[in-house]
Amino acid sequence: MIINFLFAAIKAGTPLLFGTTGEIMTQKTGNLNLGVEGMMFMGAFVGFFTGYKTGSITLALLAAFAVGVFAALIYAFLTVSLRANQNVTGLTLTIFGTGFAQFFGERMIAAAPDKSPKLPAELVAALSEKAIPLLGDIPYIGKLLFSHNIIVYLGVCIAFICGIYINRTKAGLNMRAVGENPAAADAAGINVTAVKYIHILAGGGICGIGGAYLSLINGGGVWNNSCVNGQGWIAVALVIFASWSPVKAILGSLIFGAFSVLQFYVPKDIIELPNAFYIALPFLITIIVLVFTSMKKSKEGAQPAGCGINYFREDR
Amino acid sequence: MRESSSKRHYNEPLARIVKKDAMSNQRMAAYSVFALILAIAAGGVFIFSLGYNPFKVYATIVSGAFRSSISTQGTIKIAIPLLIASLGITHAFKMQFWNIGAEGQIIMGGIFATYFALFHSDWPHWLLMLVMCAAGMLGGGLWALIPAFFKTKYGTNETLFTLMLNYIALYMIKYLAEGPWLDPKASGFPKIASFEKNARLDEVFGVHAGWIIGLVLVGVVYFYLKYSKQGYEIAIVGESENTARYAGMNVKKIIMRTMFLSGAICGIAGMTQVSGAAYTLSEGVAGGVGFTAIIVAWLAKLNPFVILLVTIGFSVLEKGSSVMQSSFGLPTSVSDILQGIILFFILGCDFFTRYKLIFRKGGQKNDN
Repeated sequence: MIINFLFAAIKAGTPLLFGTTGEIMTQKTGNLNLGVEGMMFMGAFVGFFTGYKTGSITLALLAAFAVGVFAALIYAFLTVSLRANQNVTGLTLTIFGTGFAQFFGERMIAAAPDKSPKLPAELVAALSEKAIPLLGDIPYIGKLLFSHNIIVYLGVCIAFICGIYINRTKAGLNMRAVGENPAAADAAGINVTAVKYIHILAGGGICGIGGAYLSLINGGGVWNNSCVNGQGWIAVALVIFASWSPVKAILGSLIFGAFSVLQFYVPKDIIELPNAFYIALPFLITIIVLVFTSMKKSKEGAQPAGCGINYFREDR
Repeated sequence: MRESSSKRHYNEPLARIVKKDAMSNQRMAAYSVFALILAIAAGGVFIFSLGYNPFKVYATIVSGAFRSSISTQGTIKIAIPLLIASLGITHAFKMQFWNIGAEGQIIMGGIFATYFALFHSDWPHWLLMLVMCAAGMLGGGLWALIPAFFKTKYGTNETLFTLMLNYIALYMIKYLAEGPWLDPKASGFPKIASFEKNARLDEVFGVHAGWIIGLVLVGVVYFYLKYSKQGYEIAIVGESENTARYAGMNVKKIIMRTMFLSGAICGIAGMTQVSGAAYTLSEGVAGGVGFTAIIVAWLAKLNPFVILLVTIGFSVLEKGSSVMQSSFGLPTSVSDILQGIILFFILGCDFFTRYKLIFRKGGQKNDN
């Protein structure tokens, strides 16, 4: 039972992990992108559509990544080059992305033979949960850690790579410098614009894959026009919970995923709590984390100082 | 005096960005109109790429929003909560307090107002309306006060805090609908009962009285922000907290007061939604209005009268798009895409009102 619960939590947490890792990359470079929901929606549609047409998992994920990059490019161009307000641009991206996915999703449904686009069987098989040979046979742990669909492993890998990149490489250091104090980074000879663009685009692409997970895996192979349904916003919350660290986000997404399936596993006759409580719990905990980090006033685990403010060299 | 021009050419980029001086209102308006035309044209390109005639589609949108008195009333109904919430947000934004929690504040206003509608519907109608409105303001205001308190006390990030509160408020409705306020007549379906007639907002010219509240608020907010002492304080805190402190203002008090006001006005929007539009409280009470209101307030540069104009524009697009399905077979979500494209262009064009590009002088021309 516990194993089943944790297994479901990992499954539910993976799209959040993608969204969170993508948003961490974006925020670490000093841009708060509230368009995660929109980018995930676009990734969800394009990933599904590509899989639907080609049956290839690689192409589907690449396409989802590409459209996430495209969405982030709009955001980056407006906020970095044209210095538009980050909150407003992000919210607009969410409206646009949601509309984009639902509009083309609707048209895909209308064009499908029985008004319900289904993924080709071989793709569904490729996406199904498979135990890794040998490792998957270990009792309990095998089921828990080594019997997932392939995108789960991809998500964990990306989060680890991003974590190492941010904290252990020179490029990551430059990126953090830009996020904390762009003027100082600029004075040190870092190309602020380029650094911001690269990481916002990469972050958008990762969010796009998270969206594809929702449409490809969670939908059970059938397109659903509201497949993202607020997961992007939870990812934004999770960024705070994970204190801007992709590696902590792995654990964080597991916990948030656990919350989202908790109501199905808590024995109702022992603990009787309203369902709404479980759904609201991630947001409540995020607020508590937010308040505590601000009370400690530590730089560690806080939002990058330059976040939300557009950098203009002549503003001093 | 100047470096030799040949040397400068090596160092100077092709184009550089410089800040502009503040523009006159007329030039600003001209720029905005130009940006709007460009944005609508960009939306038109998108429509054209789908294989439709953009002029026809735009004409359908406008006529769809006003083609009968019922559609006009529908357009106004969309506009009311958007207008009121945008006016609420304006207070916080003027103070550079990034309140993106209007959604939650609308919901809390709706919840507080609903309490009286459900349990005190026997009160005299006018008293009940006033109490519901006051309760809505209290609900929205208190919900906004929470992040304001932590912001002033510990410097907690208000953007993220208000964002999270939106969802907690939303799930509070879910809780109420499934538990304490469950409609016993709905045979187990989790919903809150419809308000009795006594608890419904009166209609004036076919639309609930929220539009009067909205229009009155436009004037009140304009004068409050522009001519009152408190409005002046808000502007100073927004420009520079240190200046405000140096001038002897109690910055914490101003932030708390303004956020309460900001949330309270959003709460009114919640009250008019439950008592005027839906006659009940459901999870769709705010339905993204709080987020759109942020965009509206920003586009209008926090000017209440411009907010009114922008709100009408948004409502026409929203209402008019609902006939797209029957007229062109286009899903209604096309309005979201159009909204997105138009907003992207307006946001982009805004750059040129604040900055200008200076291009490198080409050729061998000598400056001296």
